[in-house]
Amino acid sequence: MSQELAAELFQRVAQVIARTQHIPPESIAVDSTFEQLKIDSLDGINILFAIEGEFDIDIPDEDARQIRSVREMVEGIEKLLAAKQLK
Amino acid sequence: MTRRVAVTGIGVICALGRDRAEFWDALAAGRCGIAPLTLVDRAALRFENAAEVRDHRASDYFDEKEAAQLDRFAQFALIAAREAVGDAGMVFDDALRESSAVVTGSCVGGKSTEDEEFRGLYEQKKTRFPPLIIPRVMANAGASRISLEYGITGPVYTVSTACSSANHAIGQAFWMVRSGSAEAAIAGGSEAPFSLGLLKAWEAMRVVSPDTCRPFSKDRRGLILGEGAAMLVLEPLERARSRGAKIYGEIRGFGMSSDAHHLTQPSAAGAVRAMRAALCDALLAPEAIGYVNAHGTGTPANDPTEVEALRAVFGGTPLVSSTKSMHGHALGAAGAIEAAATLLALKNGLIPPTANFTEPDPACDLDVVANVARKLEIEYALSNSFAFGGLNAVLAFSR
Repeated sequence: MSQELAAELFQRVAQVIARTQHIPPESIAVDSTFEQLKIDSLDGINILFAIEGEFDIDIPDEDARQIRSVREMVEGIEKLLAAKQLK
Repeated sequence: MTRRVAVTGIGVICALGRDRAEFWDALAAGRCGIAPLTLVDRAALRFENAAEVRDHRASDYFDEKEAAQLDRFAQFALIAAREAVGDAGMVFDDALRESSAVVTGSCVGGKSTEDEEFRGLYEQKKTRFPPLIIPRVMANAGASRISLEYGITGPVYTVSTACSSANHAIGQAFWMVRSGSAEAAIAGGSEAPFSLGLLKAWEAMRVVSPDTCRPFSKDRRGLILGEGAAMLVLEPLERARSRGAKIYGEIRGFGMSSDAHHLTQPSAAGAVRAMRAALCDALLAPEAIGYVNAHGTGTPANDPTEVEALRAVFGGTPLVSSTKSMHGHALGAAGAIEAAATLLALKNGLIPPTANFTEPDPACDLDVVANVARKLEIEYALSNSFAFGGLNAVLAFSR
């Protein structure tokens, strides 16, 4: 994935997180951890739900449990989107 | 007035069997009741297994009119109550009817009725509803139907505290009988959560296992939803002895607490306070406890937190097992099914195992009676229930 596409993907993810958490998008950096953003387990599944809707993907529970930062979230989505295009 | 409270009747219906004997045979054999879902279209779900009551037919228990009035969860409540009352040989004469209580637990009430009927409104654009929906859906439908069956006119109510409902219900009934404010009680819980709407909601929580339920095992992947009911008959020990009733054991104490921590994330501190409160109420030292029937859902979050709490309460921890590995997590009925399992374990001198156990987890480093029941005569046991919403309820039993 090109840097431009990666940046665009991050922006979309940040928008979803901002909307779900009711926080300003500019407070979210690609290296923010969920802990820094005060995203707990219930917030986490709420964000996953919104992300699945935004990108029309299914995020398996066990992959979801490993995600602890925005970067991991973006990378996970990249993989799922790539897999979707292969179909 | 403080009286000792005996359990003289037990009724159970769940994935492990249609009655107490089938239930105990399965527990003793470590047989798992988890299988592919049949009540709901699996294709619409990310998980496919459940602990259902197989081949349940209302007509085996009720006439057509009665069956039409009762949602599946209330049918289970009444089936278990009938077995328990019959088992206890309890005859509710006029005096006993007035002074007896019925307390049941249910998390979601008549959810499948609601799900099915509301489709009529939203999908088929029906403009009228049958009038039986409200009495079928109400969470107290089981308690009310039991009260009608035996003409019990004392305190009758239902407690809804998610996965702790039945323990809260049994605990309240126990306190009423102990204090003399009720002369006898039928107490337990019932649940029938298998409707598509509710299962989709559980799916979104990301706690349901894609395969089976492996509490405390390193490769555990979540809980498995279950259904059913269990009811206990409680009465003063002296009364039970004087009428020559068979006595399964006693309820010795009840403790509850709230985490006030998080809506869904468990807290060890809250669990510790509930277990200590139960021990205190029972006037028991932690060392007296030989077995704990754990909440043990098999989720990544619950099990290590519960182990941490057990370690804090008990120095050398007693034997611990999660029978949810076999009968699934029956939500508002869970505590009642597990109370039945615990009482039968004390009575039979056999600790039911944690089934489906494959690999020890350093974060759950306890003797969890893996896969095979263990012969052991013990005097005292606890049964834990911890609910979403941070509500904890623990019962203490003796044989």
